[in-house]
Amino acid sequence: MPEKKIKKVKIDGRKIACEREETILQAAKKAGIEIPTLCHDDRLEPYGGCRLCIVQVKGVVRPLPACTTPVTNNMEVCTENDIIRRIRQNIIALLLSNHPNDCMKCEKTGDCALQDLAYRYDVDSTRFEGEKWDLPIREDNPFISYEPNKCILCGRCTRICNEVVMAGTIDLVGRGFNSMPDTAFRRPRTIDNCEFCGQCVSTCPTGALTDKKGRGRGRSYEMKKVRTTCSYCGTGCNFDLNLKDGKVVKVTSAYDAPVNHGNLCIKGRYGYDFIHSADRIKTPLIRRGDSFHEATWDEAIDLIADRFSGLMKKYGNKTVGAFSSSRCTNEENFLIAKFARTVFKNNNVDNCARV
Amino acid sequence: MAERKKTRPKAKAKSGTKVKSVRKPKTAAKTGPKPKSKGPDIKGLVIRVCLGTGGLAAGSQEVIDAFHDELKAQGLEAIVKKKCVNKTGCRGFCAKDVLVDVILDGSTSTYQRVRPEKIGRIVEEHIIKGQPVEEWLVGPDYHTFHDKQTKILLKQCGQIDPEDINAYIGIGGYEGAKKALSLTEFEVIEEVKKSGLRGRGGAGFLTGLKWEFCSMSRAFPKYIICNADEGDPGAFMDRSIIEGNPHSVIEGMIIGGYATGANIGYIYIRAEYPLAIERLKIAIEEATKKGFIGKNIFKQGFDFTIRIKEGAGAFICGEETALIASIEGKRGMPRSKPPFPVNKGLWGKPTVINNVETLSNLPSIITKGASWFASIGSEQSKGTKVFALTGKIKNTGLIEVPMGISLKEIIYDIGGGMEKRNRELKAVQTGGPSGGCIPASHIDMSVDYESLMRIGSMMGSGGMVVMDNYTCMVDMAKFFISFTQSESCGKCVPCRIGTKRMQEILTRITGGKGKEDDIDLLVELGTDIKLSSLCGLGQSAPNPVLSTIKFFRKEYESHIKKGICPAGVCKALRQYVVNTENCKMCGKCARVCSSGAVIWQPKQKAVINKSKCVKCGACFDACPFKSIM
Ligand SMILES: Cc1cc2nc3c(=O)[nH]c(=O)nc-3n(C[C@H](O)[C@H](O)[C@H](O)COP(=O)(O)O)c2cc1C
Ligand code: SF4
Ligand code: SF4
Ligand code: SF4
Ligand code: SF4
Ligand code: SF4
Ligand code: FES
Ligand code: FES
Repeated sequence: MPEKKIKKVKIDGRKIACEREETILQAAKKAGIEIPTLCHDDRLEPYGGCRLCIVQVKGVVRPLPACTTPVTNNMEVCTENDIIRRIRQNIIALLLSNHPNDCMKCEKTGDCALQDLAYRYDVDSTRFEGEKWDLPIREDNPFISYEPNKCILCGRCTRICNEVVMAGTIDLVGRGFNSMPDTAFRRPRTIDNCEFCGQCVSTCPTGALTDKKGRGRGRSYEMKKVRTTCSYCGTGCNFDLNLKDGKVVKVTSAYDAPVNHGNLCIKGRYGYDFIHSADRIKTPLIRRGDSFHEATWDEAIDLIADRFSGLMKKYGNKTVGAFSSSRCTNEENFLIAKFARTVFKNNNVDNCARV
Repeated sequence: MAERKKTRPKAKAKSGTKVKSVRKPKTAAKTGPKPKSKGPDIKGLVIRVCLGTGGLAAGSQEVIDAFHDELKAQGLEAIVKKKCVNKTGCRGFCAKDVLVDVILDGSTSTYQRVRPEKIGRIVEEHIIKGQPVEEWLVGPDYHTFHDKQTKILLKQCGQIDPEDINAYIGIGGYEGAKKALSLTEFEVIEEVKKSGLRGRGGAGFLTGLKWEFCSMSRAFPKYIICNADEGDPGAFMDRSIIEGNPHSVIEGMIIGGYATGANIGYIYIRAEYPLAIERLKIAIEEATKKGFIGKNIFKQGFDFTIRIKEGAGAFICGEETALIASIEGKRGMPRSKPPFPVNKGLWGKPTVINNVETLSNLPSIITKGASWFASIGSEQSKGTKVFALTGKIKNTGLIEVPMGISLKEIIYDIGGGMEKRNRELKAVQTGGPSGGCIPASHIDMSVDYESLMRIGSMMGSGGMVVMDNYTCMVDMAKFFISFTQSESCGKCVPCRIGTKRMQEILTRITGGKGKEDDIDLLVELGTDIKLSSLCGLGQSAPNPVLSTIKFFRKEYESHIKKGICPAGVCKALRQYVVNTENCKMCGKCARVCSSGAVIWQPKQKAVINKSKCVKCGACFDACPFKSIM
């Protein structure tokens, strides 16, 4: 099979050796050569929709999209020349010609791929005039705000919903200039058809899809990002808590996380209200009679140790066990099991994960 | 099957109700002067009625019923062959429908515009007395229309009953498939390669080569798909072939399936073609009964099944990767190639996609041989091509011509020249909405893949629109790009937004609001859209605009700089003036003008006040003397 062989390619004069079936985009990335993209997301199948990543391949008249074109042996690629640059500028100008260009108060400013590209390619919104979408903001989803006017139809939301989440909530509907991501029969995006996982938000390159809870609570560059592990289930997804003024404002994907590559479910992405909840239990509670009393960790641990030792002395070490939570991390679960085996000296270990 | 069940009892019921009146004419026939003695040999009578969509719309079913009734009434039913009234498919000249051939004593007379009420006289005078009804026969234009054509595919369409497999077998049908299955796959592919057959669906890729690529793919199962989506506005060649000769398409698929190793065939056909779908269903059922489809076909150890998939009629679903997505139940949207369908097609498996016309060429290539096929056509484009000839031309319809024929022959010999005498040929649009415009000055050019490409147009699936000097090229370009824009799938930016902006610029030019640099902007945008779009739709959508700018730039400039539409089509640019020489002072224009712009008094010539005129054109239409310009 030719795919197995190592292929030698030249991108912008630099020699790169590629194994397996790599695309031009992947090969370029490996060599640190940046090619602009809008519709590409490493989590998704190659798409080739925005056409921004087109590059010139020697011997081919038409420029080819780097994100979908596999490298072939001895391929020579030029990632930008005058024609490519002009086409990229025209593509961006076309996108801006049907865009509200509302960066000043847009939720996405500072973190927007379109804004960055317009800046990088020196494009303003005046080159092409004509009809612009004037569609209402859709607030039918409890977690997600959808501003169709800012959508560039990269298809990332629809693909992540179908390829990764497999919820099939949204797809591109309509034809021509009026195509847009929407649900079947353009019904509201509610609990009937959507999982509220926010995966679509995590991939949207523009301000078309934003997390409702985080809206208006700060620019992305104002946030301190703290990488953490989700505490809801044993999968161990990583994400970034976004902190402003010491408070968690929202959760964003950690695309480099080895476990989940930026993917999250509703709990990890939106279930963070408890952090600053007034009802949150912040110290151990010890039950005396019918009521709970706040205690320090030392008090609590001493009490547990006393009781366990007492029980083991009285009834034998087989009568106690450890039951941990699937909201703990793998490491924590491992430790509690180890604790049972070394301290209780038994195998009475269990966990609430049954589903 | 459903159709037959529907039509047959209906025919019976009709003749049944007329049984009572049979007696009278019967005796009349008996006492009639010379029916049996000197008349023609009625035993050999064959009547062929066009039952294409055009024919059906003109009432051919009623004509068939009328023939049956009349033959019965005249007491001829017992003499003639049981199946003397035959249905045929489209002959291409639908404007003359219902077309009827009467074949008597070996000579064929063709009647045009036949209606049920004409049958009595045809039977009486022609069939019984041997005197064709001259005034209803087709005129010389019917013959000039056909004489310059080389009919391979359409010939059979006009001859055989598409709902009867035996009619097809009778003219050598399924011999090609039988022969192919007795050869090796390799030999079949070699034969097709040698014939030089190129895809008729648009791009003109060598069919044999495509098959070879698919046969080399080692994944299984493989599929062969017949592309019968036919979305070009005004195109109906594929529909006519399926309606007129469905078995030729099925036979082509069997040959292709065998050669490439595909055991499953799909026919992707738009749901707007109910008659074609019905006939395909009948054909598949009959072919299955005969053992041509199914397990171990022709007893050669090869299994082949065919499924029909109805499309919802989106133009983009004709593009092969979008078509595959549509069969898979996804949104009809093209994807990047590579991987090509021959390697990763339907359900990720190797798939050959061929157009209807391509496939129906295959049976005769196999039976008559590659060299026979290669002897027709030009150096690099072999065989014939079916075109839908329309526009400002006398004979519109479906034509089949050898590749390499000149445009001139098509327009003047087959098409009979301009529809209106005093008008001139201005341009010809080939290749459907994404083809290009060929100016009259290039009329001698040869019609083949390369020549059309070179001039900025393309073969496409075979649309051919003839335009006269009253056609505005800017308006025409706007029309075509509006079509492609509304049919764009929206996946890629240049096509989705770019064609929209081009359409808007053209609208502004035809609306009298064009800007100085609009032409340059159109050229730059059009070029970039062609270069950067994902699929064939976007890559060719700017063609009508770019080719009209190339050949008719002055017309664009006139719209923008002078505010004049030279063809007088763009309403906003029209200037209405009264030609005082012709004005007969009738005042009709003044009466219809709702803006009070026409100044007229009895016995005075009318004058139009430009500042009040809103260019509605009412005066122009009202003037009986054509003196408003
Ligand atoms: C926008 C678009 C529409 C198309 N529509 C059709 C169609 O209606 N019928 C068809 O046979 N091919 C159509 N094609 C061409 C097909 O993609 C494909 O090339 C063809 O079916 C291959 O068959 P062939 O090799 O026999 O020509 C279309 C292509 C494009 C880009
Ligand atoms: S989506 Fe991006 S480009 Fe659009 S308004 Fe918001 S920040 Fe600006
Ligand atoms: S929230 Fe999840 S399920 Fe809902 S549309 Fe977005 S990706 Fe699909
Ligand atoms: S909503 Fe966002 S992710 Fe979805 S298509 Fe539009 S821009 Fe792309
Ligand atoms: S709850 Fe969801 S986000 Fe959290 S770890 Fe489990 S799957 Fe990942
Ligand atoms: S070129 Fe047009 S039709 Fe083709 S994929 Fe792009 S948007 Fe869709
Ligand atoms: S990133 Fe390649 S086409 Fe969008
Ligand atoms: S349908 Fe009768 S000639 Fe076309």
